[in-house]
Amino acid sequence: MRESPHPALRADLPRERGGELRVVGKALPKVDSAAKVTGRAIYADDMLPARTLHCRILRSPHPHARILSIDTSAARRIPGVQAVITGIDLPIKFGILPVTQDERALEHEKVRYVGDPIAAVAATDEEIAAAACDAIEVEYQVLDPVMSIEAALAEPKDERIQDYGGPNNVHKFVALEFGDVDDGFARADKVREDVFFFQGNTHLPMEQHSAIATYVDGRVTLWSSTQVVHYVHRALSKVLELPMHRIRVIGAAHGGGFGGKTDPFAHEIIVSKLAMLTGRPVKCTLTREEVFYAHRGRHPVLMWVRTGATKDGRITAMHFRSALDGGAYGSYGVASTFYTGALQTVTYDIPAYRFEGCRVFTNKPPCGPKRGHGTPQPRFALEVHLEKLAGDLGLDGVELKRRNFVRPNTRTVNWLRVTSCGLEECTERVMEASGYRTRARRPGHGMGFAISSYLSGAGTAIYWNDMPHSEVQIKVDRGGVTVYCGAMDIGQGSDSVLATIVAEELGLQPSDIRLVTADTDTTPIDLGSYSSRVTFMAGNAALEAGRKMRAMLVEAAAAKMGRDAASVSVTDGRVGDFTFEEASVLAEARFGTLTSAGSYTPPKIAGPYKGSGVGPSPAYSYSACVVDLDADARTGLVNVNKIWIAHDVGRAINPLLVEGQVEGSVYMGLGEALMEEQVFRNGLHKWPSMLEYKSPTFLDMPDVETFIVETLDPEGPYGAKEAGQGPLLPVPPAVSLALHDALGVWIDEIPATPEKIVEALRRKDKGEPPRYGPAHFPAIAYPPVIKVQPPPRDS
Amino acid sequence: MKREVSRDVERVVLTLDVNGEKRDLLVPSHKTLLEVLREDMQLTGTKHGCELGECGTCTVLVDGKPHLSCLVLPIQLEGRSITTIEGMAHGSELHPLQVAFAELGAAQCGYCTPGILLSARSLLEENPRPSRDEIREALAGNLCRCTGYIKILEAVELAAGRML
Amino acid sequence: MLRLPRLKYLRPKTARDAARMATELGPRAMFVAGGTDLFPKLKRRQFDIDTLIGLDFLSRAIRNGSDECSIGAGATLATASRDGHLNARYAGYAQAAGLVSSPPLRNAGTIGGNLCVDTRCNYYDMTYEWRKAAGFCLKKDGDICLVAPSSPRCWAVSSSDTAPMAIALDGVAILAGPDGDRELPVRDLYRDDGIDYLAKQPSEVLTGVRLRAVAKTRSAYVKLRRRGSIDFPIAGAAVAAELDGDTVVRCRIVLSAVASHPLEATAAEDFLKGRTISTDTIREAAEMAAKPAKPLDNADLSHFWRKRMVRVVVEQALAQATTSTGGSVVKLSGL
Repeated sequence: MRESPHPALRADLPRERGGELRVVGKALPKVDSAAKVTGRAIYADDMLPARTLHCRILRSPHPHARILSIDTSAARRIPGVQAVITGIDLPIKFGILPVTQDERALEHEKVRYVGDPIAAVAATDEEIAAAACDAIEVEYQVLDPVMSIEAALAEPKDERIQDYGGPNNVHKFVALEFGDVDDGFARADKVREDVFFFQGNTHLPMEQHSAIATYVDGRVTLWSSTQVVHYVHRALSKVLELPMHRIRVIGAAHGGGFGGKTDPFAHEIIVSKLAMLTGRPVKCTLTREEVFYAHRGRHPVLMWVRTGATKDGRITAMHFRSALDGGAYGSYGVASTFYTGALQTVTYDIPAYRFEGCRVFTNKPPCGPKRGHGTPQPRFALEVHLEKLAGDLGLDGVELKRRNFVRPNTRTVNWLRVTSCGLEECTERVMEASGYRTRARRPGHGMGFAISSYLSGAGTAIYWNDMPHSEVQIKVDRGGVTVYCGAMDIGQGSDSVLATIVAEELGLQPSDIRLVTADTDTTPIDLGSYSSRVTFMAGNAALEAGRKMRAMLVEAAAAKMGRDAASVSVTDGRVGDFTFEEASVLAEARFGTLTSAGSYTPPKIAGPYKGSGVGPSPAYSYSACVVDLDADARTGLVNVNKIWIAHDVGRAINPLLVEGQVEGSVYMGLGEALMEEQVFRNGLHKWPSMLEYKSPTFLDMPDVETFIVETLDPEGPYGAKEAGQGPLLPVPPAVSLALHDALGVWIDEIPATPEKIVEALRRKDKGEPPRYGPAHFPAIAYPPVIKVQPPPRDS
Repeated sequence: MKREVSRDVERVVLTLDVNGEKRDLLVPSHKTLLEVLREDMQLTGTKHGCELGECGTCTVLVDGKPHLSCLVLPIQLEGRSITTIEGMAHGSELHPLQVAFAELGAAQCGYCTPGILLSARSLLEENPRPSRDEIREALAGNLCRCTGYIKILEAVELAAGRML
Repeated sequence: MLRLPRLKYLRPKTARDAARMATELGPRAMFVAGGTDLFPKLKRRQFDIDTLIGLDFLSRAIRNGSDECSIGAGATLATASRDGHLNARYAGYAQAAGLVSSPPLRNAGTIGGNLCVDTRCNYYDMTYEWRKAAGFCLKKDGDICLVAPSSPRCWAVSSSDTAPMAIALDGVAILAGPDGDRELPVRDLYRDDGIDYLAKQPSEVLTGVRLRAVAKTRSAYVKLRRRGSIDFPIAGAAVAAELDGDTVVRCRIVLSAVASHPLEATAAEDFLKGRTISTDTIREAAEMAAKPAKPLDNADLSHFWRKRMVRVVVEQALAQATTSTGGSVVKLSGL
């Protein structure tokens, strides 16, 4: 293969689908693959313009303390130090959600976790900046730290972590009821309660967060490793008090996000401010330890679930409670809280549903959105719980779940609109391929089955507005096609999706399309790479822009040919009788500058109640998964043999990319299920390093067999939905259920480490309940539930 | 830490053989190969994820074998040949491993990719027909968070088959 | 990016020169060979030095004689793990070398470095900033042990994979001092102290190790760690057994990662002497071997579980070294 080729289509990947589609559905290389395999892609830390200053950030050594004084004079005297700033220089608060503007780029009044930023230095060398940070004297009044959900629910010894929310250190309560839950339980033949815990964990992208800013002609330009240039843009404007048009945010090549680079971060604001003060480029790349402090990862969640079912396994009602350990700041936490209760109904038909959620502040790095945002925890609880319920009823767990699967084109009791749904097909595929039903029994061997669902983009924006969620422009000039979109390719392949869709519409190959993305000066808005929204939303915007461009080319070609536009075909680099380049010349002569635009606004489908904004999505993906493992009763060691996963992606725009997303999700889910955990000891992160935070290696990853299920969603571009998050969700419960199958013990707490398995077995041997997990759910004074009338059952 | 910056910096003159080109350098003796490649030679294809030898991201080849550039000083490498990702393609002709990684989607965010490509190249030079388990063993020092490793294994196998 | 402190790098041509430089510079200087353990620790500011003394001159040769094998301290772990003679006659040693960390690290890390590798503790192997936040510990900059605050000593854990095996194989360390060489049994190279864990003089250079060949001796090393690669041992067992048919003539069992030094399981060794190998004797010996192991809460996973795992790794190492079928189904690294 040569550089910038028309890559050959691999004939041996039999993934072609879609009738007349020419490039959609083909296993083509990503459009940026050459840049990635040659090391040519420029990530933020790769940039080193002349005169660059290096920034390091002084962080709190205390989990909870008032700052009495900060003395930077010694730091300023170190030769090479160009600027030192503290919270006085950046006093305006920001935050990703409008309701929780609770962060400062630098804190000068109070620190809330070990790692909270206090001061920043720009110096000619990184080692000088680090030494200068060490020379800053900070006087603290140390406060009692709050390090657990239980402690946060109790009255604080010294003072609350934040000055909003409450009571005590509660951040947010949610209490909603849809339908008559008490009646549902009364109608049940069996009601069961269980308690679960899902430990927090972090994204651990291979690339540490990095940002570099310049200040030229009164304008700030920031290159950052971010998933969302737009939200960084907004935060910079607010904190720096500059209008948005004087700030430009550019997404550099991206070394992995998984949700961890979705918030605006202190270092992005800090380098911008330092660039403004010094007039020089300023760069900050977080150390690995600092990445653990930036966090915004998976919330630790305690869960209690109560479900009623009839003898034949039909769910009559469900009551779900969650308590989230949010860490020190809001981040996306309000949304995360809703998400722990939102999607239970999107896989199972639950006629009456009550959800009580609670997020607390603790003195830990803030939690936020990690792949699956708020839904892997309840998914784990729900899937294991239903298996237990099935056992109580003498039913097979898979069968019970199947009897309650949601059907396509329905509305859930909490008003979520389900359109396409491939749950049945996904289940069938993994059941059959894994031989789950016919498995031979041997000691220590087990298989587990679980399903899940996820959003194809959140149906409502982070901040309230009526504007489109994604916009795409196309320019055609001398046969060259350039697509402009604010979407940020974080490795998932969103650039490739844009190129593929436009290429499909214009009869070209994806490699013919030039892309300008994630640059707030030159590209129209896209809300960024989170909530699995880009394929659906930017994809639909690209489709609209592509179709408009195609219409102009066709009209011009048809006019020249003297034929009806309907008879002009656009395919294989030709428009009717002309080459694409000839057609573009004709069209430009006819219409002037050739540009087109498309945009996407999600349908208004949220239910009629407060809080209904979290959960709706224009389409839901579905997954089913089987895990096969061996577990050793003596040691608790687990060896996962194989994982089968089927994923309803609607349509695979590029099956290679879909498989990559599915496999990567399975990997991350398996790491969470078995080993990854963000834990604290004496107020400190116990192991903020890649050695001690266990991320599975090549030798820890089993074979994965992926099945792509296509249900052709009516609103997705060519029928596409999401692939990047949903397939993570069923893996932890499937692991836990396989462990039960293998050893007869319930592991109701993730990660399922060998010591927990051994302890569960010990309890079993002693005749105690054969499980490992939280003993009880804390008493939480949830507010009275808001009763919401469910939609009519047949709508 | 405060005291360190008052120490004199010892600088060394040395010649490094990187990607077949000999380069004369004057660098502080405490700067790691990773820093010198990226900051003094502008070879930013070599990435870094921890700088402590825990993730494999900064892998380069020294005399054809994978080494962690974050844990070696250039002064220790005089007379040895260093290969970075920039030296993997032959002119504009990509190495078969690079082609296979591109074709099969083995690079998602691409950040671990240079290190993994170089480790894989070293493996195939030593063992042209590795089993899947041998590939896993050889690449076990390189973490990836995107791919679940599946496409990487497939790409190494594809390239190995084509190189025979 | 984490960076090294400003350092001078000295390049002696011989071990004698290196030892003299070290004598002259005292605690300001440290030796460096592969650097795979030292450089991360320097980046985390776990040592205050301003000079490195490079040991690039060390022999990398592995020489096989009829009654012993001599390994240059500069031989890399990768070389040792793949060496044909080592694999044939000192299989446990090659296994141990091949189980250290990860492939790229083994290409740089040396046999000498792994024998001298610093003791570990998850209160100590942290960055300067983290340790400052936690409160500095006894091993570096502080005055209490954070693992066992009431204890007057440091409980950092010996985490070498090859040291227990070298001891089990009656290895001898060759040390070069400023005034001459000396030999020291590898078992005498270690002290039961998390801080002052090596019995050699700081100025002495470890230049090689000799392993004794004993007819009919088979050896095995079993390592427990969370992942298949990268991780340090959280328990390990090195076994060298001299057998006469099914009867144990002599058996050495040395544990890694359960104390501040490689722990010799002498009671189990004595028990095995003269006994016939069977599942039961292996189980009983492993039970005895595990007894003195005292893991603490300063490494991965709970120390209760690690303690429980010690006999499992010993059993497996014994089974590997003494039977043709090897260990059980439990998948630990190295099986």
